[in-house]
Amino acid sequence: MIDLSHLRGDFPLLEREINGYPLTYLDSASTTQKPVQVIDAVDTYYRTINANVHRGAYTLAAEATDAYESSRAKVADFIGASHANEVVFTRGTTTAINFIAYGWGLNNLGEGDKVLLTVMEHHANVVPWQIISRYTGCSLEYLSIDDGFEVDLTTLDDILDERVKVIAVSGMSNVTGALGPVTALVEAAKAVGAIVVVDAAQLVPHVPTDVSQLGADFVAFSAHKMLGPTGIGALWGKPDLLERMEPTEGGGEMISDVQLYESRWAPVPHKFEAGTPPIAQAVGFGAAVDYLSKVGMADVRDHEQAITRYALDRLADIPDLTVYGPPDVERRGGAVSFQLADIHAHDIATILDQYGIAVRAGHHCAKPLMRHLDVPATARASFYVYNTTEDVDTLYDGLIEARTVFGLT
Amino acid sequence: MTSLDELYREVILDHYRNPRRRGSLSGPHVHAEGQNPSCGDEFFLDLAVEDGVITDLAISGQGCSISQASGSMMADNIVGKRISDVREITRKFKIMMSIEDGDNPVDPERPGSVLGDLESLQGVRKFPVRIKCADLAWTTLEDALDQTTE
Ligand SMILES: Cc1ncc(COP(=O)(O)O)c(C=O)c1O
Repeated sequence: MIDLSHLRGDFPLLEREINGYPLTYLDSASTTQKPVQVIDAVDTYYRTINANVHRGAYTLAAEATDAYESSRAKVADFIGASHANEVVFTRGTTTAINFIAYGWGLNNLGEGDKVLLTVMEHHANVVPWQIISRYTGCSLEYLSIDDGFEVDLTTLDDILDERVKVIAVSGMSNVTGALGPVTALVEAAKAVGAIVVVDAAQLVPHVPTDVSQLGADFVAFSAHKMLGPTGIGALWGKPDLLERMEPTEGGGEMISDVQLYESRWAPVPHKFEAGTPPIAQAVGFGAAVDYLSKVGMADVRDHEQAITRYALDRLADIPDLTVYGPPDVERRGGAVSFQLADIHAHDIATILDQYGIAVRAGHHCAKPLMRHLDVPATARASFYVYNTTEDVDTLYDGLIEARTVFGLT
Repeated sequence: MTSLDELYREVILDHYRNPRRRGSLSGPHVHAEGQNPSCGDEFFLDLAVEDGVITDLAISGQGCSISQASGSMMADNIVGKRISDVREITRKFKIMMSIEDGDNPVDPERPGSVLGDLESLQGVRKFPVRIKCADLAWTTLEDALDQTTE
């Protein structure tokens, strides 16, 4: 197993005590903790560079613009984009998918057209398409999930025809950890001329991702799930699609000329970045991808697979515990959802919290998937670079304690 | 007792595992639904009222031990009582749980003498994020009671 334990010291928040116990943070699928390198980058930006971007002729403004744009270049480089301009800064994954749904969907979808989704999508990759279907009359179709918690491709041929204009799929489920069948869906999309949107909120942070190889048309992800600040994320798109896509928001910064009754847009990517952008957050985002690049995404993936394997093994030893997700760590990431006997997920989370263990409980913004699994809620432990097998052991002990509290022995 | 033991008292686990008055009513009744969207807990209530008295009720829905036990204990407590008395019980419950302001009505010398089993939910106060779980049934009840007077 790759030893990343030396990284732990980079994360000041992990020093905290919660309810008298050292914090065991197992909710990185929700949001990750931040290393000092990211915190310092944001701090230094505010202390020494802060100014608005793309506006002033003075030195500070130029430096701020440089900092902002060089972060764009770092993020582009991190995902293998051929040019920085293929990366649009957004508020996060949710905003990125909304930009596609409105900016591309409103203008390219109509009655009879279909958007193909999967049952495991996060609400962020469901609700925007529902809204667009109301505006355009297009319909939504779903691929289901099979008994192994993976997207069921057996119905794909029946659904697929040239009326499918968009295939939008999660690169990795935030509930089951299952990897999405992006490659298969890219092939399918090619056959009918559909575009492929990848919700990569859980993919880019955890699996080496090269958009030049992926074959997708749009890829959306959030900085805060990959050691960066909240309030920023990225939309990568193929240049010709970004060129033809309409801006969803209008305002300052996104125009090249404004007249009384019409305007012309700034070139991509700025036509999608209306108003003052999250500049300090962009700087922090750049520092986060620097950090992950230095660790190496291949090692990040190896480390998480090892921890996930260890966790699945240990959880299998707990009586009445059901894991909702693929058993094979080659086919999944480190989000592990489970139920324990008749103990409700919120009760599990409350009990674990008493021992300083932070897990998520609930529907994980994936209600269609929860309905499909026929569970009202699950508890979820999820891992990142700073987690260790000891964290898993602490979780194991906490769950045994939960059994005791609920009178199960 | 640790705060966890105070939270998950035996009587609460009993009501969670053996909830009272589950189901739905077929005769005339009002229906109210409560939800905690952030956690997904659901509480559905059928309430039959005659001459200002709660004659029958049935509950359904799903959620954590606290939300379901609170609803089950409420059901046990209020059947056969006058609406005005039930409103008073609701008020006392909410004060006990620090949901509403007021002096705690519970008598520490004589546990259970004011609100019966419901007093076992006091342990929830140490877990502020869970108070809304205990409150769900009662807010739904208030909604149902408001319908009966319309
Ligand atoms: C798979 C998936 N998609 C989308 C999102 C939404 O990301 P954000 O809230 O950062 O926009 C999340 C995060 O919760 C996620 O896990």
